[in-house]
Amino acid sequence: MDDHGVSSVITLDGLQCLLDALARRGYQVVGPRVRDQAIVYDELARVEDLPVGWTDEQDGGHYRLKQRGDHALFGYAVGPHSWKRFLHPPRVGLWQATVVNEDRLHFEPVRDDAPRYAFVGVRACELAAIAIQDRVLMDDNHADPHYRSRREQAFLVALNCSEAGGTCFCDSMNTGPDVKTGYDLVLTELLEEESHGFLIQAGSDEGADILSELPGTPATGAHHRAAREVVERTRSNMGRSMPQTAIPALLMDNLEHPRWDDVAERCLSCANCTMVCPTCFCTTVEDTSDLEGVTAESSRRWDSCFNADFSYIHGGSVRNSTRSRYRQWMTHKLATWVDQFGTSGCVGCGRCITWCPVGIDITEEVRAIQGDSSQGEQT
Amino acid sequence: MRSQHVWLPEPVRVLSRKQELETTWTLELEPGQSGKGGFLPGQFNMLYVFGVGEIPISFSGDPSQTERLVHTVRAVGPASSQLAASRPMATVGLRGPFGTGWPMAAAEGSDLLIIAGGLGLAPLRPAIYHVLNNRERYGRVVLLYGTRSPDDILFREQLEAWNRLSDFDVHITVDHAGSDWTGKVGVVPALVPTLAFDPEDTVAMVCGPEIMMRFTASALRDAGVDDESIYLSMERNMKCALGHCGHCQFGSNFVCKDGPVLSFDRLRGLLSLKEF
Repeated sequence: MDDHGVSSVITLDGLQCLLDALARRGYQVVGPRVRDQAIVYDELARVEDLPVGWTDEQDGGHYRLKQRGDHALFGYAVGPHSWKRFLHPPRVGLWQATVVNEDRLHFEPVRDDAPRYAFVGVRACELAAIAIQDRVLMDDNHADPHYRSRREQAFLVALNCSEAGGTCFCDSMNTGPDVKTGYDLVLTELLEEESHGFLIQAGSDEGADILSELPGTPATGAHHRAAREVVERTRSNMGRSMPQTAIPALLMDNLEHPRWDDVAERCLSCANCTMVCPTCFCTTVEDTSDLEGVTAESSRRWDSCFNADFSYIHGGSVRNSTRSRYRQWMTHKLATWVDQFGTSGCVGCGRCITWCPVGIDITEEVRAIQGDSSQGEQT
Repeated sequence: MRSQHVWLPEPVRVLSRKQELETTWTLELEPGQSGKGGFLPGQFNMLYVFGVGEIPISFSGDPSQTERLVHTVRAVGPASSQLAASRPMATVGLRGPFGTGWPMAAAEGSDLLIIAGGLGLAPLRPAIYHVLNNRERYGRVVLLYGTRSPDDILFREQLEAWNRLSDFDVHITVDHAGSDWTGKVGVVPALVPTLAFDPEDTVAMVCGPEIMMRFTASALRDAGVDDESIYLSMERNMKCALGHCGHCQFGSNFVCKDGPVLSFDRLRGLLSLKEF
């Protein structure tokens, strides 16, 4: 944790001041909310909008909200949403084609009024996921204009995790639970019997500006120690761990391993894992035309390598079997992604495990191919 | 490429349309702004048909001619069928050029084996034009072309003209033929060992159905050609051509930007995998 020289301790009122300050600056403030018995990301105005006193119970194919018995605001792990939904939205209009003068086509970009988002409660694994999508969609000769406009305007209020979920394994992916970089402000929730507040530190000039407007007290060494303890406790409670081995070589040397047949027996090819994954970036393009045949709109929506059409070329799909699709997803995520973008595509958030209807566990699949079917060492 | 909106096509007119085979047509298009900068043999454009969609189509024309973009299209799906049916003066959408080209510069001074299967001759034709335009830069040049039947031979008149050149060897083979066919019968890879070339100093450029490329690459390796000197043009589903949509991945390669032309050392071990 780098405190950039500016840190203080704020109360819940101070947190409300932060939400207000962001709204005043024109940001659309988004953070965790309880909806449909899950914690999702949605617009946020008041501290009470947060999932006060809630936590989540997560395991393979299992997610339940429970009362914690305290008033923690961030006492849960990540839910089915990720910030991808805002930065790389599920559907984006690309352009419209209009027939003019009988046969001439005119192309016009669809107006993209990207909001200025302020995300509240961005965890370390999610910052890592955003950094990965930055590489995929911006660090190239062809930066995606839709992603870039949202990303460059976004204000990130990060959060040091105080609770590890049953499917979390960020520690073994070296992405968390402590926030290291890539934020404007970072919060650590300090919940004690007699006091409830946040250590808040700035990571950018704008973050420092906003911090200076908040009512708070200077953070002491004790506060920083308490914050470190929160993170270390979270680190020791990870529900899963990724085996510490050279995973890209392991997978690429085992492309015909019998485990792919085994996982194919369980996998429903439903694409849930790719929808909840904060780094999966694949999209398809859809064309829709009006009934008169005068205008057609091209839009982009999330796609998944688990869909049959994904690999379609004339004559049929390249990857017809579930075995080949799961192999594509997992080898891309953990192996070929490294060649393409210099980083693993997995941040250890555990969403693909929790939201898999049959509870397929990516860490267990790696372990199986590695030939170590034991539970492995839990860190 | 206009950088501000990488997804936006440019409207261009179809200038001419010529039927090549029963379901294959060659279109000439206005170059627009996108085509003004020329292209590399092996590259492709994304062509959009109103209300249907966008598909990647390789250049099939002479790279030294920039006043018309030439694309040869087989009508197989909704977009390619509509595109192939485009009448002169119709407008289509154009984005490009995209992808890597054949190693024309790196191959200078070497012998060339240009090996095509079926419609795979179309993406190789710009390389052939380039070689003929700069014949002195290359050693011995052999074109080996295979199709299913004599009726599927693309650019037949051109092949005959190239065959009459003293410094350009053309070998044509078909999988099966009637009694009126006097040429070779058999698959392309089987002919590789019969060709005269120096494996140490040969660059092979191969385009055709994946199974044909796989066996051809294998025959070339058996003949002693280095993996780094064997180039294949891969085909995968593509939506964006920008490396963003993810559809065209083949191992670590995004076929749209790392390919479509890839040297065999980047494909080794993966081509033989089923459903990879």
